[in-house]
Amino acid sequence: MNRLPRWLIAITGAVYFFLHLPILVLVVFSFNNSKFSVDWRGFTFQWYHRLLERPDILRGLKASLLVGGAATIISALLGTLVALALGRQRFRGRRAFEGFLYLPIVTPEIVTGISLLLLFALLKFPLGLTTITIAHVAFCISFVVIVVLARLQGMDENLEEAAMILGADEITTFWKVTVPQLWPGILSGALLAFTMSFDDFVITSFVSGPGSSTLPIVVYSMVRKNVEPSINAISTIILLATAILIYLADRLARAK
Amino acid sequence: MTGTHKGTPVVQFVGVSKSFGDVKAVDDVSFDIRRGEFFSILGPSGCGKTTTLRLLAGFEEPDEDGGEVRLLGETVNKKRPYERKIAMVFQNYALFPHLDVTRNVSFGLEQRKTPKSEIEDRVRRALEMVRLKPDVFSKRLPGQLSGGQRQRVALARALVLEPAILLLDEPLGAIDLKLRKEMQLELKSLNQQLGTTFVYVTHDQEEALTMSDRIAVMDNGRVAQLGTPAEIYENPRTASVARFIGESNFFNGQAGRRTGGRWVVAQPDGGSFEVPDHPGITDACQVQIAVRPEWMDVQKPDSIPPGENALMGTVRDIIYLGETMHVIVTVPGTGDVTVALRNEGQLIKPLLWKRGDTAAVAWLPEDCQILEAE
Amino acid sequence: MSALRERALAWLYTRPQARAWALLAPGGFWLVAFFLVPLLLMFVYSLMPRGIYGGVEPGFTLEHYARFIDPLYLQVLQRTFAWSIACTVICLFLGYPVAYVIARSSRWRTFLLFLVVLPFWTSFLVRTFAMIFLMRDTGLVNSWLMRLGLTEEPVTMLYTPFAVMIGLVYGFLPFMILPIYASLEKLDSSLLEAAEVLGARPAARFRRITLPLSMPGVVAGSLLVFIPALGSFLTSDLLGGAKQVMIGNLVQNQFSSARNWPFGSAASFIVMALVLAAVMWYLHVKDRPVGLEITK
Repeated sequence: MNRLPRWLIAITGAVYFFLHLPILVLVVFSFNNSKFSVDWRGFTFQWYHRLLERPDILRGLKASLLVGGAATIISALLGTLVALALGRQRFRGRRAFEGFLYLPIVTPEIVTGISLLLLFALLKFPLGLTTITIAHVAFCISFVVIVVLARLQGMDENLEEAAMILGADEITTFWKVTVPQLWPGILSGALLAFTMSFDDFVITSFVSGPGSSTLPIVVYSMVRKNVEPSINAISTIILLATAILIYLADRLARAK
Repeated sequence: MTGTHKGTPVVQFVGVSKSFGDVKAVDDVSFDIRRGEFFSILGPSGCGKTTTLRLLAGFEEPDEDGGEVRLLGETVNKKRPYERKIAMVFQNYALFPHLDVTRNVSFGLEQRKTPKSEIEDRVRRALEMVRLKPDVFSKRLPGQLSGGQRQRVALARALVLEPAILLLDEPLGAIDLKLRKEMQLELKSLNQQLGTTFVYVTHDQEEALTMSDRIAVMDNGRVAQLGTPAEIYENPRTASVARFIGESNFFNGQAGRRTGGRWVVAQPDGGSFEVPDHPGITDACQVQIAVRPEWMDVQKPDSIPPGENALMGTVRDIIYLGETMHVIVTVPGTGDVTVALRNEGQLIKPLLWKRGDTAAVAWLPEDCQILEAE
Repeated sequence: MSALRERALAWLYTRPQARAWALLAPGGFWLVAFFLVPLLLMFVYSLMPRGIYGGVEPGFTLEHYARFIDPLYLQVLQRTFAWSIACTVICLFLGYPVAYVIARSSRWRTFLLFLVVLPFWTSFLVRTFAMIFLMRDTGLVNSWLMRLGLTEEPVTMLYTPFAVMIGLVYGFLPFMILPIYASLEKLDSSLLEAAEVLGARPAARFRRITLPLSMPGVVAGSLLVFIPALGSFLTSDLLGGAKQVMIGNLVQNQFSSARNWPFGSAASFIVMALVLAAVMWYLHVKDRPVGLEITK
């Protein structure tokens, strides 16, 4: 009953190998002292230095951070409000709204991307960082709701009642009891939103204009042009940043 | 505060009803609670006792024409919980996880804008009252406390406000038996010491009987009986109360002749028994009585003491319980009747009864409780 | 208490519907304006004739949808569908064992889960590039194959259906593993012990207890792979080149070089319809009781 068959463990090992080897290879070769060859020619940081010299990378990073920051704040705010409504209020049309909320999650990125492009084109709204931010908020809200709602539903309902019987009215109870409890969930949702915004390529590619390229867009054109190991370097940095953000988001989601 | 003089009850429920959709959780409930009383609301799950408490606290509102809830003489139907001068201890304590013990206990005082110096002092005294050393526990977080300690903090948080009324929603449910008994005594002692009115909700009848001055037994949203523990135990009014408090055997029949202050009740299967005269009994009416196992005896069919009721049956089981021995006799037309006999060293002498024996269950006509229809 | 506060509280307390909708309004508005309306717009566009510069002209036509009967475009649909199914099946056969092992391990569990979740959250672009790095003619795999003497010329892996399939599986495998794991984790081990006591061997225990009870996870995981695979674009774009066209690429094409927005909208809408159909099916099946053979 407790011994797992060898072949099962073998398959599992192979799958993990398959899942992680490409990334490991990518990271290792970002330090390879050779521009074109895949033979190991020594350790170097030069590709990372090169990144700093590239204006397109730096612009892309700045754009990604700006968009990410703005999209995170807006979607965290809107998402939390929605979660509060779904988690604490009884109202008609609730199930319909929940269904509506999950649509952005199942809709393929290509569909949301071009549909937004159509909208902006119709309104003659110039494509740029603003349109990218608008698009990112649209797909991040649902994720924030899921995280915050989970936290809210895990919260002891009696806490709010206890506060009220001790003399705190609804507004005071919200600030002194609900928000402190909810806060790790909100932060966790925000970190998730930032990660998704930072990594997004498909949707962004449709709603960005010339001169408003985010980092993934810059990386994409680098990949297309098959440039040097700098791609490995920027990829490694993105991986590292993502891993840290997700780790923090996870810790916060578990916090008491 | 209007109309509060010595005689006014601190809590009054006047014909209160509360429905959730089609279900009436509380159905036309009325009772008074007196100042300083330890008042318990007792009943099985779903009987409406928690809803009643929540109506008192203000977390639920009575139905539109669902009566009045009065606190200290004032109707408070529309008042929010924070507008009522009531304190409460929740079933799972509901301590604020992000605040330490001191901040938890002082929460209510802060809401009332009590001056800081006074808060410190009162919190200290409250913790001492529930026997938690302030120096040790003040800075701890709820997550660092045991169940029993959390419960005490919850109590301190409520008592520090010096409330006139304290609500307790099954506060001892999650605590192990030995500690529970200790806490029961402590709660009772606090009630007497402070003169605070305690309104205590529980499903544990032993607990209610031990601690209460009066008990309201609820069943299906209604108050089945209201009285002192002794009244309720000795004289349960309905079958559901009798069933819920202690153990009872039930006998039914139709009232027939009346001889010398007693009615003869005839069972459909042929047996019969006598009951004392009771205003509720008229000729040919249906009678139901409850007889506690300890009021009964098991006799050989041919040696029934004169004047006692007796019904024939077959011994089904004998259960040895140490202090007592339960003999279960199957009586046709009634079912299984449990008789509790005192253990008088039956193990040394051979047991009088064994399975399959024909026997009679007997009791004195006065030792029964005539039940009202529900 | 200030008068304003009292009024706010009274409003908060007495009008639950108003209160709820006030909270939902900002987020709801954003989603309606920037998600729903664009989708509707896309649908409307798909029914309008193509304008001179690739946009739309007033009018009504079904020609864009009719184009999908053309073998050229039908093939794209079929290919997309077939690859999505193939990817789902492969992910199922690779992912189920992994989920099973994780659910059965105690010491390593958190670590193993973390290793599955990590790729889940990593940039898809970066992961796809990792595949390119490995598979291209000058990539690592070829370099090692030649070094080991297994081949003289580089083996063409990139820009083939093989590459796209590997890329799809690589991208979506974690989506299959996690729901199946969640479902297996809830399995009460005493059920298996009871079966063992009743004489069932490991294979039978798996077939008659574990597998049926993990079905919700299998269905959820399959959907979580199938749906994004249908709409996938990046994988076939970067790994497949011009030949391996999936619907996603077709759509993208209409908005770049081919300049045919209404046709692109129609193609996009078809993808959306397929996705919604899959979701509807899932919602219909998910609460059905799992059929278990009790007798025999």
